[in-house]
Amino acid sequence: MSSLEARQKAAVEEVLKAYPEKAAKNRAKHLGVGSPDDESQKTCGNVRSNKKTVAGVMSQRGCAYAGSKGVVWGPVKDMVHISHGPIGCGQYSRAGRRNYYIGTTGVDSFVTMNFSSDFQEKDIVFGGDKKLTKCLEEIDVLFPLNNGITVQSECPIGLIGDDINAASKMYAQKTGHTIVPVNCEGFRGVSQSLGHHIANDTVRDYIFDASPATLGEPIAVTDYDVAIIGDYNIGGDAWSSRILLEEMGLRVVAQWSGDATIKEMVQTTKVKLNLLHCYRSMNYISRHMEKEYGIPWIEYNFFGPSQTIKSLRKIAAFFDVSIQEKCEAVIAKYQPLVDAITNKYRPLLEGKTVMLFVGGLRPRHVIGAYEDLGMEVIGTGYEFAHDDDYKRTKDEIFRSTVIYDDVNEYELEAFVKALQPDLVASGIKEKYVFQKMGLPYRQMHSWDYSGPYHGYDGFAIFASDMDLAINSPVWGHSKAPWDKEGEA
Amino acid sequence: MAALRQIAFYGKGGIGKSTTSQNTLASMAFYFDKNIMIVGCDPKADSTRLILHEKAQNTILQLAAEMGTVEDLELSDALKPGAGIFAPENPHGWIQCTESGGPEPGVGCAGRGVITAINFLEEEGAYEAEGLDFVSYDVLGDVVCGGFAMPIREGKAQEIYIVMSGEMMAMYAANNISKGILKYANTGGVRLAGLICNARMTDFEYDLAWALARDLGTHMIHFVPRNNIVQRAEIRRMTVVEYSPKADQALEYKELARKIIANDFKVIPTPLEMDDLEALIMKYGLEEEADIDNIGKSEVAA
Repeated sequence: MSSLEARQKAAVEEVLKAYPEKAAKNRAKHLGVGSPDDESQKTCGNVRSNKKTVAGVMSQRGCAYAGSKGVVWGPVKDMVHISHGPIGCGQYSRAGRRNYYIGTTGVDSFVTMNFSSDFQEKDIVFGGDKKLTKCLEEIDVLFPLNNGITVQSECPIGLIGDDINAASKMYAQKTGHTIVPVNCEGFRGVSQSLGHHIANDTVRDYIFDASPATLGEPIAVTDYDVAIIGDYNIGGDAWSSRILLEEMGLRVVAQWSGDATIKEMVQTTKVKLNLLHCYRSMNYISRHMEKEYGIPWIEYNFFGPSQTIKSLRKIAAFFDVSIQEKCEAVIAKYQPLVDAITNKYRPLLEGKTVMLFVGGLRPRHVIGAYEDLGMEVIGTGYEFAHDDDYKRTKDEIFRSTVIYDDVNEYELEAFVKALQPDLVASGIKEKYVFQKMGLPYRQMHSWDYSGPYHGYDGFAIFASDMDLAINSPVWGHSKAPWDKEGEA
Repeated sequence: MAALRQIAFYGKGGIGKSTTSQNTLASMAFYFDKNIMIVGCDPKADSTRLILHEKAQNTILQLAAEMGTVEDLELSDALKPGAGIFAPENPHGWIQCTESGGPEPGVGCAGRGVITAINFLEEEGAYEAEGLDFVSYDVLGDVVCGGFAMPIREGKAQEIYIVMSGEMMAMYAANNISKGILKYANTGGVRLAGLICNARMTDFEYDLAWALARDLGTHMIHFVPRNNIVQRAEIRRMTVVEYSPKADQALEYKELARKIIANDFKVIPTPLEMDDLEALIMKYGLEEEADIDNIGKSEVAA
């Protein structure tokens, strides 16, 4: 049997053969084989990224609205987020990301609710500015404990040129409330990535620069204040992260934006260090805070014990010896748990191969967690990453890895058939293709109704979930009828 | 009964489209006993004012907005019979009026409004009215977006009359509208049926309009001279035909009406390139050719 790298290269070539010349030329730039040792590769596998999807393929990408409303703004729990436009965008993205939060839904927290201006034909023709103002008024009457409202533009708003900025500004001036207009129309940009950027910019313009007076006194600052940036608390991820930071003596004053409040976000401009988990969706605001408020930021990774330990030490190094000592104590405290997990699951998972395809961070961040369990990641790719993500990916891979940017349904299926992994870990849209092929599958966007996966507690759940997926007896019963003996 | 003919009037804003179309259609009803439905496709909703003796009170979109959706609207709510000699009970042809309406300037999407309104009329069977000879669309300004091209799409207006004058901008607009017609001509069967020159009495206007028509592959179907009686009638919210049926100007509209009814010269237009259009204006519009060195210089400087 030929080497893994040779099989991967052959698979890429084979995949490209199916395309017409022009599409093949385009897609060839997005596919490659990454090597941990090849210093000549500018990005992992030398792939190009953040370009327009080839028309006609089944891309897994989202839109700018998804990036803003679904990812960045949606989890901010004490604000109401209006999906401004026809009803579908809001309803079909409702609560899909499992951003956990503490609070009373409908009273002081609103994450899982769908607020929509529910555009009708008449609103398209006559404009929706008046309706938007009415929505803002109704929200303040029905939900008086909201601490602000964001207006998330759907496509038609941009098409008909509705001025949501003016309507928001007028209402904000009249009431003194925080109203954030976000021009994140779905047709803008090549993926949800632009929506993250637009949303970050509106945080800068409407949260930092116009700090709401209604939020009371800011809390006193300490030398150990940090903020978690780019953790959306999916299945409780941010909670299982912050306990580690708190145990090592740091004070987490904000979580962006899982379980976040607007007051936390305002307070973030006074922290000593920003901890950036999802680089892709929140590097913009981290860079802004560095420039404007002189707050340094570092990237960290709390998936799997190896990366978690590395990250804890990296964070502690920014602080004094007392924090560094406590950091070591934390690592020592959890080591028995790590050992117990690996002792139990590693024998069950050792040598199993995995192919990943997720959004903008996890395709590299979860590799370490799999490797800690003895599993081998042989393929990975991002929906909407940029070149800097693929550069970072080089440092995370352990072996020759096929890299596929903005992979489509056909390509992913072809790669899986060629490389035959024991587990495919990707999104909801891809899930049933592979499950119907009889392959173990884990949904890596919302953890398949499981989680958290961050930190030590998360690792225990992660390991158990992977074992359940791969070693479930159900796969023994999934033989296709034509494979069964004695049946034609 | 002869087959229903669907026609449309296009032209630059302010050229006198609504005035010309209403006077012409009035003549078609009054002198030639044609039964007509006017569909105003302009948010200003003034395409039927001279026929109704008042601005249309209820536009399709306004009514639909009040009722919630366009599906709740009945045809009878939006269709209004003409006043005076255009009423259904008169001995000549009758005129029915409807206006799409639309948003205030600067908000919403007027183009979508036109699409919504025309779909409504079609679904409600407005085109199947007993004895209807002509449907006429009066469309705002230029073909700025897909919505305003709705009347020339498949199954809608087959004959387009462009109202223009000898002014340069009106001719540019006529050329642009021809481009719009060309785009839909092969898929939908729409044809350019002629230019109507609504004279401004600029220099060499007749020659210019005639030459532009020739180069577009069509004809100048009529040269409507300028006459203040049109304004006097308009102040009374009337067409000249109704105001003074024996006036010279009424007879001009009568002649135009006759020509449109008899018109069988319908072409796929051949729009001009910008350079050719300018050359045409130079050739017919100015006594001497502009010196290339003088472009951008004021009258005194040149």
